[in-house]
Amino acid sequence: MKSTLKRAGYSKVQRQMNDVFIQFTSKVIFLIILLFSVNLFMAGHYTPGGGFVGGLLAASAIILLLMAYDYETVKKMIPVNFHLMISLGLALAIVVPTLLFFFGVPFFTHQHTYVNVPVFGEVALHTAVIFDVGVFLTVAGTSLLIVTLVGGTEK
Amino acid sequence: MTLIHFAIFLPVIAAIAIAIIYRYVKDVHLGWFVLPIPAVIVAYLFSLIPSIANNQVFHHTLNLMPRIGLNFDVYIDGLGLLFAILISGIGALVVLYSIGYLSKDEKLGNFYVYLLIFMTAMLGVVLSDNILMLYFFWELTSISSFLLIAFWFTKEKSVYGAQKSMLITFFGGFMMLGGFVILHLITDTFSIREMIANVDLIMASPLTPLAVVLVLLGAFTKSAQFPFYIWLPDAMEAPTPVSAYLHSATMVKAGLYLVARFTPVFAFSELWVWLILVIGLVTLFWASFNAIKQDDLKAILAYSTVSQLGLIMSLLGVGALAVSTGANEQIFTIAVVAAVFHIINHATFKGALFMVAGILDHETGTRSMKKLGGLMTLMPITFTMTLVTALSMAGIPPFNGFLSKELFLEAMFEISNANFSALADWNVLFPILAIVGSIFTFVYSIKLIHGVFFGKRTHDTPKEPHEAPKLLLASPIILSALVIIFGLFPNILSGSIIDPAAMGILGTDTALNTEISHWHGFNNPALWATVAIVVIGTVLYLFRSSWMFIYDYHKEQFTLNHLYDQGLIYSQLGSAKATDGIMSGFLRDYMVYIFGFFVVFGIVTTFYTGLPITFDDFAQVGIQDMALVLIILVSLAIIMMTRSRMVSIIMLGAIGFSMALFFAFFRAPDLALTQLAIETVTTTLFLVCFYHLPKRSKHEESIKFKFTNFIVSVGVGAIVILFGLAAYSNRLFDSISQYHIDNVYDLAAGGNMVNVILVDFRGYDTLMETLVFGIAGIGIYALMKAKVSRKDDDNEEHA
Repeated sequence: MKSTLKRAGYSKVQRQMNDVFIQFTSKVIFLIILLFSVNLFMAGHYTPGGGFVGGLLAASAIILLLMAYDYETVKKMIPVNFHLMISLGLALAIVVPTLLFFFGVPFFTHQHTYVNVPVFGEVALHTAVIFDVGVFLTVAGTSLLIVTLVGGTEK
Repeated sequence: MTLIHFAIFLPVIAAIAIAIIYRYVKDVHLGWFVLPIPAVIVAYLFSLIPSIANNQVFHHTLNLMPRIGLNFDVYIDGLGLLFAILISGIGALVVLYSIGYLSKDEKLGNFYVYLLIFMTAMLGVVLSDNILMLYFFWELTSISSFLLIAFWFTKEKSVYGAQKSMLITFFGGFMMLGGFVILHLITDTFSIREMIANVDLIMASPLTPLAVVLVLLGAFTKSAQFPFYIWLPDAMEAPTPVSAYLHSATMVKAGLYLVARFTPVFAFSELWVWLILVIGLVTLFWASFNAIKQDDLKAILAYSTVSQLGLIMSLLGVGALAVSTGANEQIFTIAVVAAVFHIINHATFKGALFMVAGILDHETGTRSMKKLGGLMTLMPITFTMTLVTALSMAGIPPFNGFLSKELFLEAMFEISNANFSALADWNVLFPILAIVGSIFTFVYSIKLIHGVFFGKRTHDTPKEPHEAPKLLLASPIILSALVIIFGLFPNILSGSIIDPAAMGILGTDTALNTEISHWHGFNNPALWATVAIVVIGTVLYLFRSSWMFIYDYHKEQFTLNHLYDQGLIYSQLGSAKATDGIMSGFLRDYMVYIFGFFVVFGIVTTFYTGLPITFDDFAQVGIQDMALVLIILVSLAIIMMTRSRMVSIIMLGAIGFSMALFFAFFRAPDLALTQLAIETVTTTLFLVCFYHLPKRSKHEESIKFKFTNFIVSVGVGAIVILFGLAAYSNRLFDSISQYHIDNVYDLAAGGNMVNVILVDFRGYDTLMETLVFGIAGIGIYALMKAKVSRKDDDNEEHA
């Protein structure tokens, strides 16, 4: 860890090296929050949760990392392009309801079916999930973009 | 989703592929990949001709939002098919031509993507029966036209022309939407078919004249009719393939299509007939008169296009009389046939002429008539094509323009035989305007041929002229050949396309069995009119130097262009003044505007309607609610008293988390979760904003400042509480939650109603919110980046 950061040569990182506790715990908590956000997202159709909350939680997980480390370090840990996230999310959110034409139904009439998967048993497949992925990506991407923009320009 | 829906969307789908190909394939000209798309569509449309010729119509529905009547109804009759074939057919030729015209160094990806978007939009306009879809595609044609005119966006004139066309056509389109809404109010349908079936409702409605004017504004702006024509000459800054395609053969005919399509709906209205007839003839006369003084080849053709559009428009006006009067039906039917025939002819000869103008520009480096001359021997093929097409435009036999122009003159002569209530004494004006317009058309056609190809060869062309390569010549040769073929054998068109299209305009099922002939006998006035046009036109051309001075009387400050420019400048100045008056740059001022308006609005509403509030079925207030309220109040007090930003933000967070607890107590776990997540993210956002905030100033605000804040905040709080209570006390409608509860599993296969509403029942809301969210993010990005780069610029200036 130390060597990586030293090699990167960020003076700021070196100053922050004292925050060992927060840096260590935040990495652990980061994973927990991220898993929880995925759980919220997946469970959203039956229990509280969904794409919006899931996206926000995923964003806050990364924001936690941003507080413990600085922007460049987080960028190295999670090399995600937020612009791409937003574009992909918006594209999914628009394309999915449109492609439902292929089912011969009006705009935004979601389709679902059930399939039997060997281990898990009966699993529901729902086009709304893909739409919700779009929401998830857009919300997470936009929140992160704003936070990193506002926070990242401090030089 | 039928084959025809697919055909309409094929260009847009292909545009995505084209954009990708453009990125990776550099060796082959991109046009070769685009060419098959319109070719496939035109082949498919040709296969529909036999059934359309047998009076069959196709009607396919694709439900988009059936509840509000927004469906993609495709309706193909003769009229729609004719336009669709023109769009895809000319489109294929234009793509072929553009391969030779645009070099590989240009931004071909942009060009072809815009062109394909236009193709879809235009096909959509002429094939949809639903007027909402028609409007959507209509505006899409304006947008793609704007992008194509501004293709060379580094040139100032291109941008000016693009903006002009956009402002004028969008104005018209928006007016047209108003007309459509009125039509919907009257007939309660968005389908043109059903409107025609309910035409008695439209006849009875007092709103109809307004709808007529609004719809016609849309048609007139798009088809460049007087006084809106001024955008078309400036649109000539577009690459020539675009001018040939959009601004002569297809897009500017969308207005004609609209008028033709709505003829069965509005033809009973005298206002409709007279507006179309008079505006059409005035346009014909005025534009052909102005075409003569132009020096730029493309400007001549632009004005000529405007005047020809006016000609067709006036023919449609006469044709509308066929539907309304019933008297002399034969004559008016001929007018419609002439209109349809001339739409085809104009597409062929004007498309070819534009391509020829492009060739001349390409091979000599100039489009100025002054610099061109004596090119006949150097460019024999181009010369022949110009001769054929320009003579067709002038109305000389045996070319196709002669046939339709004679039909036009005939219709104009017969109009004086009809009896109308209004304007009866002015009947004689129509043939005169028509003949004068035709004389000027003859003059500029001859000028075009004579000025460029005859006379002494000038040697001040930027490039040494020589015949164009085969690739450039192919498309105009095909069109010129069509000019001759249609001129010699007009009846191959009449049964297959013209008759079905004319029947579509007239809204009849009876076959017309049109026979177009070259010779009508000596006692036909149209023949003598043609002779007069040729004789007077020749004389005028020969002695042109002695009467050209009359153009000098038309001073610059009296032109419509001047009016437009001044209007633009003054509207910009006015809006700048208005904005400067309101936008002070202080966030607090904007808050006062917004919340102040809300308070005033709330007080006025309360004053007029009253707010009946009952406290009957309120739940008991529990001890936990009290505790939360207490927390919120204490936090509020601290926020107001503290001088530290950090404390304020933490307290604000405390309020937010208390709200989340409220939601949890009221058994709304989804809301509570969302509130918690939002509170976390916004608190962090506040923290990172710290760095950017200025030092908190020590000085006390004035009493007046504080008092305004106090009034506004107390007002907002009171109004919100009152509205909340009133909304709870008065249930005007049954709650729809029961519907959601009942159907959450059956319709959406979900267990969590809130989420099912979000992604399914009201997914459209979520989609739009997601869009807003994304746009806000990108907007903040742009603002922050702009700020940073401006800082950099300042630094450079100082250094």
